[in-house]
Amino acid sequence: MASYILRRLLLTLPVLAGIVVITFLLTRLSGDPTDLLLPPNATDEARAAFRSVNGLDRPLWEQFVAFAIRAATGDFGTSLRFEQPAMQLVLDRLPATAELAAATMAIALGIGIPAGVIAATQRGKAADGLIRAVMLLGQAIPSFFLGVLGIIVFAVWLRWLPTGGRGDWAQLVLPATTLAFNLVALIARVTRSCMLDVLKQDYVRTARAKGVWERRVIWLHALRNAFIPVLTVIGLQVGLLLGGVVVTETIFSWPGVGRLAIQAIYARDFPVVQAVVFVFAVIFVMVNLVVDLLYALLDPRIGYK
Amino acid sequence: MSQTTAQTALPATEGSESRARHVLRTTFASWPARLSLLVLALAFAFAIAPSLIAPRDAFVQDLSLRLLPPSWEPRGQAQYWLGTDQLGRDTVARIIHGARITLLVSVLAVVVSAVIGIAAGLAAGFHGGWTDAVILRLIDMQLAFPLILLVIAVVAVVGPSLTNLVIVMGLSGWPRFARIVRGSVLTVRHLEFVDAARAIGASQLRIMARHILPNIMSAIIVYASFEVARMILLEATLSFLGLGVQPPTPTWGGMISEGRRYVNQSWTVAVAPGIAIAAVILAFNILGDALRDALDPQLEDRT
Repeated sequence: MASYILRRLLLTLPVLAGIVVITFLLTRLSGDPTDLLLPPNATDEARAAFRSVNGLDRPLWEQFVAFAIRAATGDFGTSLRFEQPAMQLVLDRLPATAELAAATMAIALGIGIPAGVIAATQRGKAADGLIRAVMLLGQAIPSFFLGVLGIIVFAVWLRWLPTGGRGDWAQLVLPATTLAFNLVALIARVTRSCMLDVLKQDYVRTARAKGVWERRVIWLHALRNAFIPVLTVIGLQVGLLLGGVVVTETIFSWPGVGRLAIQAIYARDFPVVQAVVFVFAVIFVMVNLVVDLLYALLDPRIGYK
Repeated sequence: MSQTTAQTALPATEGSESRARHVLRTTFASWPARLSLLVLALAFAFAIAPSLIAPRDAFVQDLSLRLLPPSWEPRGQAQYWLGTDQLGRDTVARIIHGARITLLVSVLAVVVSAVIGIAAGLAAGFHGGWTDAVILRLIDMQLAFPLILLVIAVVAVVGPSLTNLVIVMGLSGWPRFARIVRGSVLTVRHLEFVDAARAIGASQLRIMARHILPNIMSAIIVYASFEVARMILLEATLSFLGLGVQPPTPTWGGMISEGRRYVNQSWTVAVAPGIAIAAVILAFNILGDALRDALDPQLEDRT
């Protein structure tokens, strides 16, 4: 087990290296990063000074080595807009995003898994049809549109919920539900198809033959085995969730990392953009690492070789 | 996917006419598939000739007619069925014109993804060895990224022109194509007709283009239809964030973004383009499902 964890950790190193390369290249895509990193009205002297201070006049590979060393210590330079360390700004906003992500996951799992189980056990009946229709819609409706609809219906027409901001729980309801909707559809879909597989297995038949209560068979024996693929999907969908965070936080003025990213992009505050891309990619890699480890823990048959 | 390939690996030339007809007939056997075809036909008609179809100019502004509600509401006017936006432009006309950018960018992006992905997948599956290893690592690495944020950041750097959007979105999608093609090639590679082609001295390029590609085409087409849906979502998201094709060119995502500020006066400005996006994505997904079932009757329905 220890060697498995170690090997899995080592495997993340090339990915992390790739992340550093891409974040570096981001500001070099348009040629001279001076145009991106300095305000448009900067003087020629200021530009020249900036180039020599930041080593932009040196060869590209030297610049990259310098960037990689600073990135490894979490130093992405100073925000042009806030004049604070870019990484600090991102870390300050992280709790708000974590709160939103946790609420979203709770909703997605709390609705998605039971919906998938019901659809599988009621296969072909009305409940299954309804759940499958909602699943199709969940794939088709963009989360930002759902957010706008939520604001129109619950904030503008009914006046039940606030349109945005962060503070009390009422402000969490709309963004979390919006963000959860696509995930609910996906989790329900995977749960349904895994449950259909598991319910055909011999051990389910055995449990039923022994006279185990049907609900116990479904929710304990079967679901436990169906849960492993669901977990993998959740890990892979963290990328989707992080992308959704950017849009949802923007719509609902939620003061998290996603909104910071968009504001930084609009303001061409590229040190902050680089820091966000880096942090999001690292979170994504870490979550998938944890999922892989959980996977091995949950299913003893998966070898650690 | 491998089952799809095995199915289509049967001689494709013999009676291909009737097979094509059979696939079309089974694809459009159900009413959701027919409805989806209708939706897409409409959307493509909008995209091709918006000015012919739109009831009036989508760009002309009339501030005396700004933010009209839909025609069925008390303040609405009959000729503006879905009302007008904050500059008095007709919402119906703008939705019809918006189809052009959405479909153009998404379809072209999928073409870019498919071309790169098919080339990489063919190379990896056919050559094996270190070519395969390098391409696989690249695929894994790119799939390991939260791509939306990266696409947003890259578009912000290079600027949101139509060409840039197509290239950046296209580059974000190639690994999935490459993976599918690679898998399909691996299952076809050792079948007899490939050996036969090699035996009569066909070049590698010819074997790939004439013998392997036609046999994995149905898998690619099915996947491409899902991928167009995904790209429409991405294009709409970028437009919504102000990083799509710039105004005054109407885009569905952009219309929602502008319209959401005025939902108090007129809710259709923001809601109608959203329904258009959802309808087109839904149509591509339903048709993709139907096409997959028709091309591969052995595949068990699990979704």
